Amino acid sequence: MIRELLIFEMSDEGKKAYRLPELDVPENKDVLKGIRTREGVEDFPQVAEIEVVRHFTRLSRTNFCIDVGLYPLGSCTMKYNPKVNEKIAAFSGFSHAHPFAPHELVQGNLEILKTAEEYLIEIAGMDSFSLQPSAGAQGELVGMMLIRAYLEDKGNPRKIVLIPDSAHGTNPSSAHLCGYRVQEIKSNERGTVDVEDLARVMTDDVAALMITNPNTLGVFESDIIKICEIVHGKGGLVYMDGANMNALVGECRPGDMGVDVIHINLHKTFSTPHGGGGPGAGPVGVKKVLEPYLPIPVIERKEDSSLYFNLDRPKSIGRVRSFYGNFLVVVRALAYILSLGPNGLREVAEIAVLNANYIRKSLEGEYHLKYKTPTLHECVFSDKFQKEYGVQNIDIAKRLIDFGVHPPTMSFPLIVAGALMIEPTETESKRDLDLFIEAMKQIAREARDNPEILKEAPRTAYVRRLNETQAARNPILRWTPKESDLSKDQ
Amino acid sequence: MSYISLSDKDKKDMLNRIGLSSLKELFLTIPEDVKLNRDLNIPGSKTESELISYFESLSKKNTGSDYLSFLGGGAYPHIIPFLVDYLSSRGEFVSPYTPYQPEVSQGTLQVIFEFQTLICQLTGMDIANASMYEGASGAAEAVLMGHRLKGKPKVLLAGPVHPQYQEVINTYTKNLGILVEDVPYTDDGSADLDELEQKMDDQTSAIVTQSPNFFGVIEDLEKISGIAHKNEALSVVVISEPVSLGLLEPPGSLGADIVTGEAQSFGIPLSYGGPYLGFMACNQEFIRQFPGRIAGETVDVEDRRGYVLTLSTREQHIRREKATSNICTNQALCALRATIFLETLGKDGIRELALQNIQKANYALEECCKIAGVQKKFSRAIFNEFVLEFGKPAASVNQFLLDKGIIGGLDLDPFFPELKNCALFCVTETHTKDKIDRLVKGIEEAM
Repeated sequence: MIRELLIFEMSDEGKKAYRLPELDVPENKDVLKGIRTREGVEDFPQVAEIEVVRHFTRLSRTNFCIDVGLYPLGSCTMKYNPKVNEKIAAFSGFSHAHPFAPHELVQGNLEILKTAEEYLIEIAGMDSFSLQPSAGAQGELVGMMLIRAYLEDKGNPRKIVLIPDSAHGTNPSSAHLCGYRVQEIKSNERGTVDVEDLARVMTDDVAALMITNPNTLGVFESDIIKICEIVHGKGGLVYMDGANMNALVGECRPGDMGVDVIHINLHKTFSTPHGGGGPGAGPVGVKKVLEPYLPIPVIERKEDSSLYFNLDRPKSIGRVRSFYGNFLVVVRALAYILSLGPNGLREVAEIAVLNANYIRKSLEGEYHLKYKTPTLHECVFSDKFQKEYGVQNIDIAKRLIDFGVHPPTMSFPLIVAGALMIEPTETESKRDLDLFIEAMKQIAREARDNPEILKEAPRTAYVRRLNETQAARNPILRWTPKESDLSKDQ
Repeated sequence: MSYISLSDKDKKDMLNRIGLSSLKELFLTIPEDVKLNRDLNIPGSKTESELISYFESLSKKNTGSDYLSFLGGGAYPHIIPFLVDYLSSRGEFVSPYTPYQPEVSQGTLQVIFEFQTLICQLTGMDIANASMYEGASGAAEAVLMGHRLKGKPKVLLAGPVHPQYQEVINTYTKNLGILVEDVPYTDDGSADLDELEQKMDDQTSAIVTQSPNFFGVIEDLEKISGIAHKNEALSVVVISEPVSLGLLEPPGSLGADIVTGEAQSFGIPLSYGGPYLGFMACNQEFIRQFPGRIAGETVDVEDRRGYVLTLSTREQHIRREKATSNICTNQALCALRATIFLETLGKDGIRELALQNIQKANYALEECCKIAGVQKKFSRAIFNEFVLEFGKPAASVNQFLLDKGIIGGLDLDPFFPELKNCALFCVTETHTKDKIDRLVKGIEEAM
């Protein structure tokens, strides 16, 4: 495959890919008087249109993606992104609407937001939703701020947040950003929260427990009702990380478990595209007690039944971002919910769990499973068996690339050494699952018989085993005109 | 609709393999008293054509698209070359996730690397990240970064920073013991530098300045950065309209230590407020405290150039509660759009774009000021937004304009009670002379 240059390396003086219409107002030279201007942006690219098209088309072809094959990144829910939702999000009434447009002129958009809130309330079993947060992590931060505001209102924000050692890194990070100290609670031999341990560490200095359910091992926290009771018993609140909602839709609802606040990832359970790293959305759902603290603005209905944004919320934690959230992401999620309906959503959880358990059953014995507990939509194997031959999870992952599959999530959760977290999602066919299973079995064989193949993997990728140590030790974070050639073939 | 890809036979075979006889048995770990045991109370499923109809009628309910708009205030109407939609809609860009496995993600990673470079070139800074959520939370994260670097409790907001950005900065800082203080603006619409000098002390971590500021006025960044550095504080510059960087001297040459802002202007439609594109850049020395994903260059085992996410020890998946930010998912696809936009416009295009904005906005301002009862509120030079003061409430002028199919400037009364009869107008390259003249005529008739 042709090595794709950087656009700056293809740039030449005078080339243009776009033309603006002529200036149609009289040019006023005085306009620039007294303003400090620049000659032009130094070394900014100058290329022709076909060069732009080829550049990005060729670059795109070096990406693996869901549209090409199985992408079983545990915890990320890489399900199929429905294409019709892209068409809908591009309708001009949605994509060309200015956020400061008068309410009367954007009732369609307000209705989309309100409807999405209502459906999420029903799906999650909560009392209210805010669609403001731009991503799951921001949802977590907002959730923790809501808890803090509530407790502060009662006289004492408290100091500690309890977080299981299996939690996603954004959990402790978000708690810390909220001014809390994180106390880790250890998972038991089932990989779940130990109820006795929790009762021991739950004091009235603890503001909240952050829990993921099912957890990052894919295990449902069956003691969840007791867990919530313990936390509530000492005046704390329960925050649920809803990243694994794909296992629960239509089957059960976090609100019914006693959870006080939850975030949902629209780019996971609700199929909005991951886009190479975003944009997503992390709406936050709350029980009535936390409702007064929701971020502004809040959508409400006037007496004439028109919708508007209410900013008069004295107990609100305030604004958490500009405007109203990632609106076009919400549009896609709403389209998804409407296209699936109640039966379709329940089927999502059923098949997500079926697919994951099918993989688990097929690979048990070939790969080490640290926790034998039943799992739902994802499972976590480790490289323990393969380590005997000097093979690690990274080698297994890199070799999977040669089989046309994206590797699973690596080295997470932290409680499983050499972890491989596999989440196929419900949109995969049996053929694709079998392809993955066969590949994993072959790799297990190769680990025994021919580990060098794994060490040299991937053999067929555009680049192979990039030197991440060098990247960190000697950071080159942008192109510069006099950049010395690192590599041989330029 | 259903996106399940299993036949009934597949399901049977798979259940067999697992050793179960029904799907229900997969959920035995969920206690009965937690199970929903009923259908979700949401409408039944729609087919593709029904779905399109449903949303078409919602889209039509938004009559605003038919109006001629002069709104800005942190969201800017600009041309978007068709290539941006066309190329960014490729499944290879839309459907992958964060490039954790670089060997199969060079497309995403190289785009990020180019985006980072373009932001550095535009802002004049050393390093940029792969994006923040949007302008306001990006500004908040820049404040947190400044505080981490200097350790002093106070941060000064110099002049008219976007009110929403201010609110978000407050939301983010209030639980962390950081004190945010406003420095007022002067009659010319810019930050009051005397007040700034007075409020400046050795307890201040950073001065935050927006330029062009919320009123569209261009600030004296060099002076402000000087005041910050004199007192061992950082100069944080916020930019909500980065098209201005095509023409104005970059903050990096004017003493900025951290630059952050909103890049929605670069190929992202107005989208009723989101998703947008936060960007952040800083100088080399601050790299360890810099938040967000960063792509770096390296080589593979065959010595070929490639790109990887790097310096991850700053991030949540490694450092957890000690991370520089909790950000995980960012705005990658929006950054791709911006990259295509900037590379398509190119060096000449971005300058020409900026020139047209400043010329058209000034033409509009000049023509409006010829109307009796209308005056230019601030004397200082503007980029593509300006504040007009009317002899009566802006709301009544805007209501008149609405009846003529025009959405006028943003009424400033709700944001600044002292600017009762004022509105903020935005004029870009999308406003032809005819459209501007239509606005002028409308205001004339309104007065």
